[in-house]
Amino acid sequence: MAGIVGYGSYIPRYRIKVEEIAKVWGTDAESYKKGLMLQEKSVPAPDQDVITMSVEAARRALSRAQIHPQKIGAVYVGSESHPYAVKPSGTVVAEAIGATPEVHCADFEFACKAGTEAMFVAYGLVCSGKIQYGLAIAADTSQGAPGDALEFSAAAGAAAYILGTENVAVEIEDTYSFCTDTPDFWRREYQHYPEHGGRFTGEPAYFHHTLSSAQGIMKRSGTKPEDFKYAIFHQPNGKFPMLAAQKLGFKREQWEDGRLSPTLGNTYSGASPMGLSAVLDKAAPGDLILLVSFGSGAGSDGFILRTTDRIKDIQGKAPKTKQQLDCAKRYLDYGTYAKFRGKILKAD
Amino acid sequence: MFPAKIWREFPQRYRLEAAKCKKCGKVFFPPRLVCNACSHREFEEIKLPWEGTLVSYTIIRTPPSAFSDQAPYAVGIIETIPGLQITCQIVDADLDKLHIGQKLLLEFRLIQKDGKQGVLCYGYKAVPIDAHNS
Ligand SMILES: [Zn+2]
Repeated sequence: MAGIVGYGSYIPRYRIKVEEIAKVWGTDAESYKKGLMLQEKSVPAPDQDVITMSVEAARRALSRAQIHPQKIGAVYVGSESHPYAVKPSGTVVAEAIGATPEVHCADFEFACKAGTEAMFVAYGLVCSGKIQYGLAIAADTSQGAPGDALEFSAAAGAAAYILGTENVAVEIEDTYSFCTDTPDFWRREYQHYPEHGGRFTGEPAYFHHTLSSAQGIMKRSGTKPEDFKYAIFHQPNGKFPMLAAQKLGFKREQWEDGRLSPTLGNTYSGASPMGLSAVLDKAAPGDLILLVSFGSGAGSDGFILRTTDRIKDIQGKAPKTKQQLDCAKRYLDYGTYAKFRGKILKAD
Repeated sequence: MFPAKIWREFPQRYRLEAAKCKKCGKVFFPPRLVCNACSHREFEEIKLPWEGTLVSYTIIRTPPSAFSDQAPYAVGIIETIPGLQITCQIVDADLDKLHIGQKLLLEFRLIQKDGKQGVLCYGYKAVPIDAHNS
């Protein structure tokens, strides 16, 4: 059965606390901490972007997969913050890991769902036998406008998955997709920051699609919440994935290992794939896992995965996600954060 | 910074590709056509490891204009394999805690932007080894 042969994640070292942002804009930090369950978020260094984080996550996935990069037949990068407007991120990644030139390469976009979209397509190509291995990457360095609610959550990170049919560490048992036209969040051409529909992003967008996708894949596969050891949901803040899990009937011990957002923030395309990487770091052979992404616009991809005996052999071959989240953090004040993110510029 | 110039350097900047003399074993980074130790002209392609030891470093406080918003920053000489040293920036580090002999990892980073409209130049920079990445 096809599935994940190797995986890797990358989280920058820099962080900013919710209090530091709230102080500048005169907002109430407690409402973000209690209301949205956000404490701090990751910030990319000035020399980090979707391409650099994708390369690091992909190299870690290769360390775990232990395959020659020339055997990778597809490199897909899903993001809404590709560094170039025109010129693929994927070609840089493919060149950097040594997968060029006989490789199919594409960048995916679908707000926060672009990462699982890349996984979905790479998985399909592997299943069809068209390619031996496919590399799917989920990465974002998303921005919120200064003072906007999104500024408290928009964070940076990447996760990479190598899909294949041999030496599989995590079998993919089923996939599902649920999608409608729902304008909850968008960014028009040439605009620097996204716009959103405020409360409209909740019920008709995130919850409708996430719950429908989870219920749809469970119905089709004949599974129930209690069958799963872990469940990972898209996490625009700490609260939404918790509410989605509760509405579906999942218990805290099933969803808390895959919910990184309280101290990571929202890594957009990276969010649920990074949650999956944290779960895979500690999963035991035979664990059943539900992964449900969400992308504004709007849609949700569902995956049912089961770890094999090989998961134990690969977990220790690259840095784990929780250790990157919790260790050797470097805190920024708002001024330095604003400089790092290009919100203020030095005069020429 | 012309696209063709950085493109020619991708094998070194992206993959740390070096050339090992097939006669005397000396390693060159970047590769060269003739071995300066034995004048041999045949080389084997090898990849340097993405880690090394800090041999020396300096703190740049008056940088060239393209790096003006990064100052102060560290540039180090790093030994990746015995006898072979590379030069690059050291980032994500406390400048007052750098020390000669320190083990460093190399990471893929953005090196330079060619103004607001030009190409993005990527390559390696060094970072400390700690609980975050080991
Ligand atoms: Zn020689």
